[in-house]
Amino acid sequence: MASDAPAPVLKSGVLRWIDDRLPIVSWGYKEFVAYPAPKNLNYFWNFGSLAGICLLLQIMTGIVLAMHYTPHTSMAFESVEHIMRDVNFGWLLRYAHANGASMFFIVVYIHIFRGLYYGSYKAPRELLWMLGVVILLLMMATAFMGYVLPWGQMSFWGATVITNLFSAIPLVGESIVTWLWGGFAVDNPTLNRFFSLHYLMPFVIVAVVFLHILALHQFGSNNPVGIEVSKKDKIPFHPYYTVKDLFGLMVFLLVFGGFVFYAPNMLGHPDNYIPADPLVTPPHIVPEWYFLPFYAILRSITFDIFWIIPAKLGGVLAMFGAIAVLFVLPWLDTSKVRSARFRPVYKWLFWLLVIDSFILGYVGSQPPEGLLPTIGLIATIYYFAHFLVILPLLGKLERPLPLPESIGSPVLRGGMTAQAAE
Amino acid sequence: MAQISAEKGHSDGATRRDFLDLVAWSTVAVGAGALAWPLVDSMNPAADVLAMSTAEVDISQVPVGSGVTVKWRGKPVFLRHRTEAEIEEARAVDVSDLRDPQTDDARVVKPEWLVIVGICTHLGCVPLGNKPSEQRGEFGGYFCPCHGSHYDTSGRIRRGPAPTNLAVPEYEFTSDTVVRIG
Repeated sequence: MASDAPAPVLKSGVLRWIDDRLPIVSWGYKEFVAYPAPKNLNYFWNFGSLAGICLLLQIMTGIVLAMHYTPHTSMAFESVEHIMRDVNFGWLLRYAHANGASMFFIVVYIHIFRGLYYGSYKAPRELLWMLGVVILLLMMATAFMGYVLPWGQMSFWGATVITNLFSAIPLVGESIVTWLWGGFAVDNPTLNRFFSLHYLMPFVIVAVVFLHILALHQFGSNNPVGIEVSKKDKIPFHPYYTVKDLFGLMVFLLVFGGFVFYAPNMLGHPDNYIPADPLVTPPHIVPEWYFLPFYAILRSITFDIFWIIPAKLGGVLAMFGAIAVLFVLPWLDTSKVRSARFRPVYKWLFWLLVIDSFILGYVGSQPPEGLLPTIGLIATIYYFAHFLVILPLLGKLERPLPLPESIGSPVLRGGMTAQAAE
Repeated sequence: MAQISAEKGHSDGATRRDFLDLVAWSTVAVGAGALAWPLVDSMNPAADVLAMSTAEVDISQVPVGSGVTVKWRGKPVFLRHRTEAEIEEARAVDVSDLRDPQTDDARVVKPEWLVIVGICTHLGCVPLGNKPSEQRGEFGGYFCPCHGSHYDTSGRIRRGPAPTNLAVPEYEFTSDTVVRIG
């Protein structure tokens, strides 16, 4: 932990006076400057701090956008157009915010798959991982409610379909949906509360991010080799990783800027530029791209499960279950070896899961016709099989490669172990 | 605490302090619930939303075979002027084969008028088919384009993911040409 790290040398007497009474400077120094990180972190370790930056960018653009937006069914759509056409730099703020949400999800999904590949969820980092899943859930809720605010056709019908998921709950489902809506359909009360919650939840995410970092710094970062790292194999976060993160940030901003300035609507849906109409459903409702795999899982259950769970409830349970399995992942994966570098079979299964997720995403983007529902069902079954069947068994059956004693030893001894594993 | 009381000779473990604890925490729970309820209940439909809950529709201009869509409680309601063939078709169905068994008679007041909430019971999309020009699905009634549910000419679910028939709202004929919904 960072507590044995050196305290900052404060030259300013005022700063010393403050830090004596409110140790915020030394706290920041310990956690974000001196924080000892493994010396072998690769670029996949950039995505944690990138996600934090995405969150800050969303909050900054969002606060300003809220100053120009009107959360009322008769004015919401037009106020967004007002932002686009009349507000100084409104187009930039809105495109940065809308594409920023997509970028945030790309970054977080890479961050999650990084954790899956290098086994970052394993003991003693289970709570760190679970807090991350909580952040993902909060992000999904926030993004969903944010997408409703422009009050276009996809906003309205997306909100209708997703809130109707709760009607699948036996007995109280309908009452819960009426309560969520504040009426008998998605309408002005719904828009108003979604705006309120969309403004609130990012700050809840900030709070959970702090817990996430607190849990991270308890045992320190995992690393590509996945073994416990001794003190001599650690380097201070600043300047080594501040510089590395800054370089990653530049690359990220190029991609982000590419979308904002050259393809600002590529990740959106044209139907959302049609004002919401409660009497006309668009022929093909799709959620934003980052929900597509989950949408495919929802739609894959078209039959009653064991005659007791109706198809509708089954689909909803499967969709939430897809995230729930991540919560218990630290206990499903029985292998003691963290990094896939030393797990010859898991390494391939990881990529199968990645491919499976892309297949689910594609199926979710298409109308449920022809072979696609069957492919979606197979991909859904494989998704759950990966976590619930394969990982528990694999830990017992797989023979991992020998682990190095330290990060440095394979390099110092000519790289035998680590290179054999590559 | 339990240890201290055991020393005082309460062999069954339950003490006056345990009882007071229980009462105190129960009171706190009730108080917290009472405090939370106004916040939770404020999210339920407000009085003005509830007040807008009836709609009157003039159906004199709707030709046979077509329908009108009106907004009631923010939802579309289909009023369909059914043809003789459509009524016959709806009546001829063997009710025991249906996912949500209901006779056609139980779903209409006057057989020539089908009045249903135009919200797919799957995930709330508006099915097509109230106008003759729209796709009506394999059973001649309604078709939901979102996830492919087919309804018959009585608005009953016949195929697809929807669990129940299209809902029949409360309504009455206030005259031969006016329907009051709600």
